Amino acid sequence: MNGTIIDKIWNFHQVAEDEDGRSLLYIDRHYTHEVTSPVAFSDMKAKGYSVRRPDLTLAVMDHNVPTNSKERPTMEPLSKKEMDAMWENSRFFNVPLLDFYSPYQGIIHVIGPELGLTIPMVTVAAGDSHTSTHGALGALSFGIGTSEVEHVFVTQTLWLKKPRQFRVKMDGKLRHGVTAKDLALYLISEIGTGGALGHIIEYDGTTIADLDVEGRMTLCNMSIEAGARTSIIAPDQKVYEYVKGRPFAPKGEEFDEAVKEWDKLKTEPGAKYDKEIKFDVSGLKPMVTWGTNPSMASQINGYVPSPEEFNDKSKREEVEKSLAYMGLKPGTKIEDINVDVVFIGSCTNARLTDLTEAARVLKGKKVKEGVRAIAVPGSEWVKRQAERMGIHNVFIEAGFEWRHAGCSMCIAMNGDALLPGQHAASTSNRNFENRQGVGGRTHLVSPSMAAAAAIYGHFVDVSEMN
Amino acid sequence: MTLKEYSGKAVPLLMDNVDTDQLIPAEFLKLLEKRGLGKYLFYRWRYDQKGNENSEFLLNDPKFKDGTVLIGLRNFGIGSSRENAVWALVDFGFRVVLAESFGDIFYENAVKNGLILVKLDINTLKKIGELAKSGNLIVTVDLEKKQVSYGGRSIGFQMDESVRKRLISGKSEIEITLDYNEKIALFESKMPKFLKVNMEPEQRKIIEG
Ligand code: SF4
Repeated sequence: MNGTIIDKIWNFHQVAEDEDGRSLLYIDRHYTHEVTSPVAFSDMKAKGYSVRRPDLTLAVMDHNVPTNSKERPTMEPLSKKEMDAMWENSRFFNVPLLDFYSPYQGIIHVIGPELGLTIPMVTVAAGDSHTSTHGALGALSFGIGTSEVEHVFVTQTLWLKKPRQFRVKMDGKLRHGVTAKDLALYLISEIGTGGALGHIIEYDGTTIADLDVEGRMTLCNMSIEAGARTSIIAPDQKVYEYVKGRPFAPKGEEFDEAVKEWDKLKTEPGAKYDKEIKFDVSGLKPMVTWGTNPSMASQINGYVPSPEEFNDKSKREEVEKSLAYMGLKPGTKIEDINVDVVFIGSCTNARLTDLTEAARVLKGKKVKEGVRAIAVPGSEWVKRQAERMGIHNVFIEAGFEWRHAGCSMCIAMNGDALLPGQHAASTSNRNFENRQGVGGRTHLVSPSMAAAAAIYGHFVDVSEMN
Repeated sequence: MTLKEYSGKAVPLLMDNVDTDQLIPAEFLKLLEKRGLGKYLFYRWRYDQKGNENSEFLLNDPKFKDGTVLIGLRNFGIGSSRENAVWALVDFGFRVVLAESFGDIFYENAVKNGLILVKLDINTLKKIGELAKSGNLIVTVDLEKKQVSYGGRSIGFQMDESVRKRLISGKSEIEITLDYNEKIALFESKMPKFLKVNMEPEQRKIIEG
């Protein structure tokens, strides 16, 4: 096999090509959730279509699920309706469903890798932009809209024009307390929200090799915020170990055979990329966003910028509008921004590693008076593991609410939301206006930065803490 | 349905990074329907927290209420994959969006729904935007000639051939793909075992609970 890892997986899955150079790619894993599937299902019912491969499909409830309780959940009426629709559709089309009560329920991008469904070399599609997450395991994954969700249900394929390829190389040893989340925010602040539009990113370099698999998921998760179509990291021993033994992962001889194939996926030396960029990230400090898209970010020792610093008129206006929304003055030290709410959760940062990192900072400390802090594990499995390790006690004793799994305050569809004007330190991926609640002001950070902000009531530099 | 040319009134929303959370907020993703979403387009910008119209926002200006060609700047439609953003634009009456660049998933969603997205350079967009402020600029997009005309001027644009053809023909892709059934089945028959999923009833029961 020649070329990049992207070429190899692409070519392997190409079923056909059309006269305009689009590929029909076979999709090995199709994940679906309650928000982007109902319209696809109703259209299929109207047209008499069925799901071609229910065995390669997994449905979950994540965006709308209550996280306060399984026994006495607080359900928003429309959320309940959407979840009911998911339940009915999955029965009607015979699709496996992790519903609200399933012991493995959780956020779609946490569950896929956790169950061993996402493995190297597979193609993944999901009606959700953060499907790029799965690239961390060496899968080629695509976030898609509802029309394409329907297309995958019916045909198990997707028509795609091959995106251009963008190699992002990160080298250097990270400072203590600096994580994959900081790498993601740093990259986006450097190349912008449109920096990778039309491209698939392949991450590479010593920093990436040093990241654990869950950290890689955080980084790949946020590639979409740099505009990337998706992203991928060549699988290595760490990935094989992560995959091995998971419920749906290949077993025994099959696993050994798989590893032989997976070892061949690496990009060949000299393979061509359409774009390349290199960073030395050894001096990087933890990142915090100050604006209303993920590129508006600064290192913790920085300041909120002034619109005057930008040359382009529309950029200046955008920054002005952002600062007005965020209620921030130019020149404010990032460390002086106070937080009202701390949210540790989402498909970006709610895996076991993330909770462990936050707990390390929280151990023996208390959440500052007046700050509301909630921890929402990415899946019920993560929650159980954390509880077995006693991590939940660290959160609870510090004064955090310890919740059930779901998207929760990342998108605020289930009732977990910021109040107007509140500033949040959030481990999620989007600081768009009103994303976490009407009038809410989001600052994106890593789990340890969020934990530290909970203790102090403002942002602090965790790379300076012991 | 074929669509070769479209003309309509331009609406200058001269902003960068208009994300799909702004195009339609998440609470309106619970409606289980793709029709009727126009009311929720740019909901947080069009209405205040009490639900009153915000008179400062462009789409509430009477002179733009019948606009059908939206002018953006950089990175229009970034963010979430919600196709509802496209459904809302189309239901509101928009047929065309001009911008320098678009979110990749948003772009594909638009094509699927016959919303024409045209990429132009930033200076041209700003020029068209200035003229559009009058509230009576008509913009024409010609998909055959790949050309945008406004105020007596014309400029060519690039568009992927498959996108252009799909916009013109408006055909359902699923129908087309079903003709590839044999090739799909052949791929499935050759799939290596380690890539398959063992979704047997017992296994399924364990995870479903
Ligand atoms: S956690 Fe947030 S970003 Fe991730 S799938 Fe849920 S809503 Fe989307």
